[in-house]
Amino acid sequence: MDFEDTAEEAAFRTQVRAWIDANAPKHLEEELKRASFGSNGVVSEDPIAAGKAWQKKKAESGWACLHWPKEYGGGARTPIERVIWGQEEGPYAALTGVFTIGHGMCGPTVMAWAGDEHKRKLLPPLASGEHIWCQLFSEPASGSDLAGLRTRAVKADDGSGDWIINGQKIWTSGAQYSDWGLLITRTNPDVPKHKGLTMFFLDMKSPGVEVRPIKQANGQSSFNEVYFTEVRIPDSQRLGDVGQGWEVSLTTLMNERLSIGSGMSTGFPDLFRYCMEAEIDGRPAVEDSAVRSKLAQLAVKQSGLKYTGMRAISALSKGETPGPENSIGKLVAGAAMQDLAIFALDLQGEAGAVWDEDSPQQGRFQAMLMRSPATRIEGGSDEILRNIIGERVLGLPGDIRVDKDVAFKDIPTSGRKKK
Amino acid sequence: MNLDFSDEQKQLRDQVRRFLSEKCTSAHVRAILEGPESYDKALYKGLADLGLLGAAIPEEYGGSGLTHLELCVIAEELGRAIAPVPVSSSIYLVAEFLLLAGTRKQKETWLPQLASGEAIGAFASSEGQGRTTPASVTASVKGGKLTGTKWPATDGDVANVAVVTARDEKGALSLYLVDLSGAGVRRETLETIDPTRSQARLVFDGAAAELLGAKGDGWHIASQVLDRAAVLMAFEQLGGADRALEMARDYALERMAFGRPIGSFQAIKHILADMYVSATLARSNCYYGAWALVSGAAELPVAAATARVSSTTAFQHCAKNNIQVHGGMGFTWAFDCHLFYRRSNALAVSLGSLSTWETHLIERMSAGNAESAA
Repeated sequence: MDFEDTAEEAAFRTQVRAWIDANAPKHLEEELKRASFGSNGVVSEDPIAAGKAWQKKKAESGWACLHWPKEYGGGARTPIERVIWGQEEGPYAALTGVFTIGHGMCGPTVMAWAGDEHKRKLLPPLASGEHIWCQLFSEPASGSDLAGLRTRAVKADDGSGDWIINGQKIWTSGAQYSDWGLLITRTNPDVPKHKGLTMFFLDMKSPGVEVRPIKQANGQSSFNEVYFTEVRIPDSQRLGDVGQGWEVSLTTLMNERLSIGSGMSTGFPDLFRYCMEAEIDGRPAVEDSAVRSKLAQLAVKQSGLKYTGMRAISALSKGETPGPENSIGKLVAGAAMQDLAIFALDLQGEAGAVWDEDSPQQGRFQAMLMRSPATRIEGGSDEILRNIIGERVLGLPGDIRVDKDVAFKDIPTSGRKKK
Repeated sequence: MNLDFSDEQKQLRDQVRRFLSEKCTSAHVRAILEGPESYDKALYKGLADLGLLGAAIPEEYGGSGLTHLELCVIAEELGRAIAPVPVSSSIYLVAEFLLLAGTRKQKETWLPQLASGEAIGAFASSEGQGRTTPASVTASVKGGKLTGTKWPATDGDVANVAVVTARDEKGALSLYLVDLSGAGVRRETLETIDPTRSQARLVFDGAAAELLGAKGDGWHIASQVLDRAAVLMAFEQLGGADRALEMARDYALERMAFGRPIGSFQAIKHILADMYVSATLARSNCYYGAWALVSGAAELPVAAATARVSSTTAFQHCAKNNIQVHGGMGFTWAFDCHLFYRRSNALAVSLGSLSTWETHLIERMSAGNAESAA
């Protein structure tokens, strides 16, 4: 039981620290540390350009995409080296958040399913930050039930072999500034839903692609709707066989769950600081017994997530595969953040309803309140995560699927009975 | 970074688990639940003979001279098996009191007997309803004679020696060692929610009491020992939480309703997933506590309270939902669910209740925060 680096880890850390110290855009550090929900916090310059510049610098020195092989512009580093890099990069990691989906999900999918020519063409500019990718999966009628998607891909009738796409995607982060998209479509509605899907990648500047920002419940717009009207994609941009799209998508989704030791925040440090400053009846709030009880329960969640991450890192450090413990991260953090925000507003009394620059911590708790419902839904809802823990970790049987052996076109689309 | 037990410690865990699977079955636990004995004497002797009671006691005092990490491993296994033995009182508490504050003679007198199981120790501080605080202690010692009533004192009915909080001639809170076989001691076993761990009322009427540690230092020493015991107890609770989760999972796989295993229903699956979450958080917090305990870290008070709050919450959560997943069968005497439910709620209030430890945690974090800000 210790928190010490091995000799090799310590040497690597020293090397990383020195490079970051010499190269990081330090003039942005304060802004990055103040980052709130849905942005990297950079306001003094174009945040996307700042992210691309940092990624380019990392790529030039071999610090881009540490988990990728070198031939595609990656660093070919071990998992524990990636963790150490992440710890040392600290606030600067937020700068390159726009590449998270590309580097973590789209890139690995291309690597697993594309031909050599495409891999050599697409992956290096993604690694170096020249290109941004987005993931075109969710649809208005298929979220958790992704395989129920309806965007159609049909072979063009001109003998070109091209595909014509019509339909709509939703919740696409970064679609408005992405160069490429990973797109899953339905090519055959006459077979059960998982069997009629096909995956493509496409140029987001293709004619017929329209990106519309979504105005979210919290008033911000970080996600988009993407509409496809007669969009033409060459057959060479297909990933996997026709009808193999579901299998391809699993590569993407499995990579989504591989981020380790990221230690999702519950917002606890903010609440604790607030309770040290706020007063109840002339005494610090932190001395109130109800406040203490609530804080203690949130503190052990925050700390439990932190040390769960460290247990995973310990396994990596020993060259072992981490257990399934990390699957609890977002499930715990999302609900805790919402609970914490509601409690913070309660402590503010009637002023909790006010959300302006004079609100405690510049309205951070009100922002958390309004953002946290999304955390509990995006990237696998609380319910999907509980299913995953129940089925993959605890070994419980899956639910009965009534649409499993039904042709997609015969699956009911409304819960109400038709008269 | 290595926030994990060593391979040797994992081997010890397997060895203790095998031993307990033979010597501490449901039938053994039920013999104590339903019978006249306060603890399982054969099991206690078996643990002593394997050197497990004395794991963290130095060899010069008859122990095995291992570390507290080994004791954490043992505690977790005892919790899984809901072992009906006085290990927490004798080892997590009284042995630690002696190691921290005892004179050489006091250590030589008692530690070898505690390690060998020939003697059992108990900590007697509570004096009835409500939280135990410095102000709640009224027992007093005058001229080496102790007067007062302590209840509940876990394992007080079977202990040979007690560490007692009491006021000295000047009213200062101090600790005393009391040989419970001497004159002026009357004791009775209390009815409890968990008869597999006994509780007693100890009435002292002029019992011979020997000072342990400096006069007036009683609460300070007790706080330090309770922090150490809290980490060990958290491991015991973690073991119980994990076992309750496994029982519920196994039942959900086996029990059929509406033509399918009940574990395929999301209503049941999600209860089990939440149990896994609380047990996982508790495990990670326990490892943090174990690290602080063995490394002598200044963070021990925060780490101990963190582990204790997390494990108490997890064990109660898993034990009550284990019954829920079992449905009506879970409320029968014949199923073991109630053994875990009883133990989880008894352990939740021993060593200071959950709300007490929640208060400790936040007080300590506030103090640390004020210090680091200054």
